Amino acid sequence: MLQQTPLYDWHTQNHGRMVDFAGWSMPVQYSSIVSEHLGTREGVGLFDVSHMGRISIKGDRAADWLESILTRQVRDLSVGRSRYTLITGVDSTHGAVQLSGDPVILDDAIVARLGNLEDGGQRFSLVVNASNRPRVVRWLKACLPQEGVIFHDITEETAMIAVQGPQVFGCDQEGILEGPLATIFSPTILGKIAALKNYGALDTEFDGKPVLVSRSGYTGEDGVEIIVSSASAVMLWERLLEHSLTKPCGLGSRDTLRLEAAMPLYGHELCETTDPFSAGLGFAVNIDGRDFPGSDGIRARRTTGNRCRVGLVFDSRRAARSGDQVVLSQDGTESVCGEITSGSFSPTSERGIALAVVDRAVSKPGQELEVLVRGVRLPAKVVSLPFYRRPQ
Amino acid sequence: MEKSRRYAKSHEWARLEDDGSVTIGISAYAVEALTDLVFMQLPDVGSTVTAGESFGEIESVKAVSDLYAPISGKVISVNAELPSQLETLNNDPYDSGWIISVQPVAVEQLDALFDQEAYDKLIGG
Repeated sequence: MLQQTPLYDWHTQNHGRMVDFAGWSMPVQYSSIVSEHLGTREGVGLFDVSHMGRISIKGDRAADWLESILTRQVRDLSVGRSRYTLITGVDSTHGAVQLSGDPVILDDAIVARLGNLEDGGQRFSLVVNASNRPRVVRWLKACLPQEGVIFHDITEETAMIAVQGPQVFGCDQEGILEGPLATIFSPTILGKIAALKNYGALDTEFDGKPVLVSRSGYTGEDGVEIIVSSASAVMLWERLLEHSLTKPCGLGSRDTLRLEAAMPLYGHELCETTDPFSAGLGFAVNIDGRDFPGSDGIRARRTTGNRCRVGLVFDSRRAARSGDQVVLSQDGTESVCGEITSGSFSPTSERGIALAVVDRAVSKPGQELEVLVRGVRLPAKVVSLPFYRRPQ
Repeated sequence: MEKSRRYAKSHEWARLEDDGSVTIGISAYAVEALTDLVFMQLPDVGSTVTAGESFGEIESVKAVSDLYAPISGKVISVNAELPSQLETLNNDPYDSGWIISVQPVAVEQLDALFDQEAYDKLIGG
């Protein structure tokens, strides 16, 4: 039996084409992936991302514990700020925390520091991938200290809705915010949300219940992600859709949007054994003078890494896919020099694009390569990332 | 009178023409299921296709699908404009959205395919 988000009935009643995604029944599209993609690039796309795992972490020792367990520094994170991090374990045994042994990258995640509890205790939220949530929760629970940290998986009592696109913070002629968020928040709260920087987060209320709004997303557009109690999710979703430029979007366009923005996807750009430095995720690994589970092993991967992540564009509309080989033809010989990690038709540029990991020697923008796509050689060119950057 | 189409369970259609050739395409149901078509690979004129085997590929944003020949034969013409105008498949899958035309080896292979009623049943229509 697939898990259902609080918006499941809405999706099925509104032409959502439902698919199994990591054990959840999720809409891959309502109309078409391309129109939902372009709608998000031009107006506002609304995404149900309630399948993502949401974890609440509280207590006097919450910051110290997260600092010891995440690859990214947490201690200096201010209230209302969030960061992209990896979650590592050791040896898949998911036992006690060790620093040595073979590191396993269990997931990538967003950690946010929220306002303190009334008793002064610290409060954090962690958003993890649906596919990895069971093992991440198991691992983190096994690593909890005896006291000082209260860990709570709130995935099934909340929903998460992403509101993405250039019109999310659209203004009328007098400069008053009139985007879709104006249908759910007062002008004062809306002003605070509009003032958030990227990766900023705000605790507020909707329908008399707490909601967490963060200035983040997975599309390359400006926008927010909102965590709301399950009971209020449908009302919030329908209110956002009252805005004329807002269109519901499925996970299909979410994937093409994130690919154009060159954002990593676990299972593609990174997996258990990835060297995060070759994968372009070195920024998420604060390894100098710091330890976390498996940090010694991650350090060793860094020194042996001679590959790096690149973007490839094709003249063809045809797309290379994950696992396709990248080859270099030179002086009549050819050699495999890398592998595609994600690829798709790009609705914005109307041609194939792909993320790949290749030998450093062939990673410069302008480098011409070929990709073996189902027995056909497709010419490709290395470009700098991201493929799409929103106009400032 | 409109000539009748026969359908493969993989959603290609085949239509016997007056000159004995068979025109092949994909059903409206298949086009709707694929959506977001971005690329199509056609066989060369003069090549042969075999019933039940792939004769080309059609790619949507999400995935690549093989096109399976509903009947064996020699390719006598292909709809060369179609790959650059894939929206034709959405608008008119049974006429201007035809894909290839073949000279069949054994026209009775058509009898093994679904008729309209059986195909409608297959797709729950």
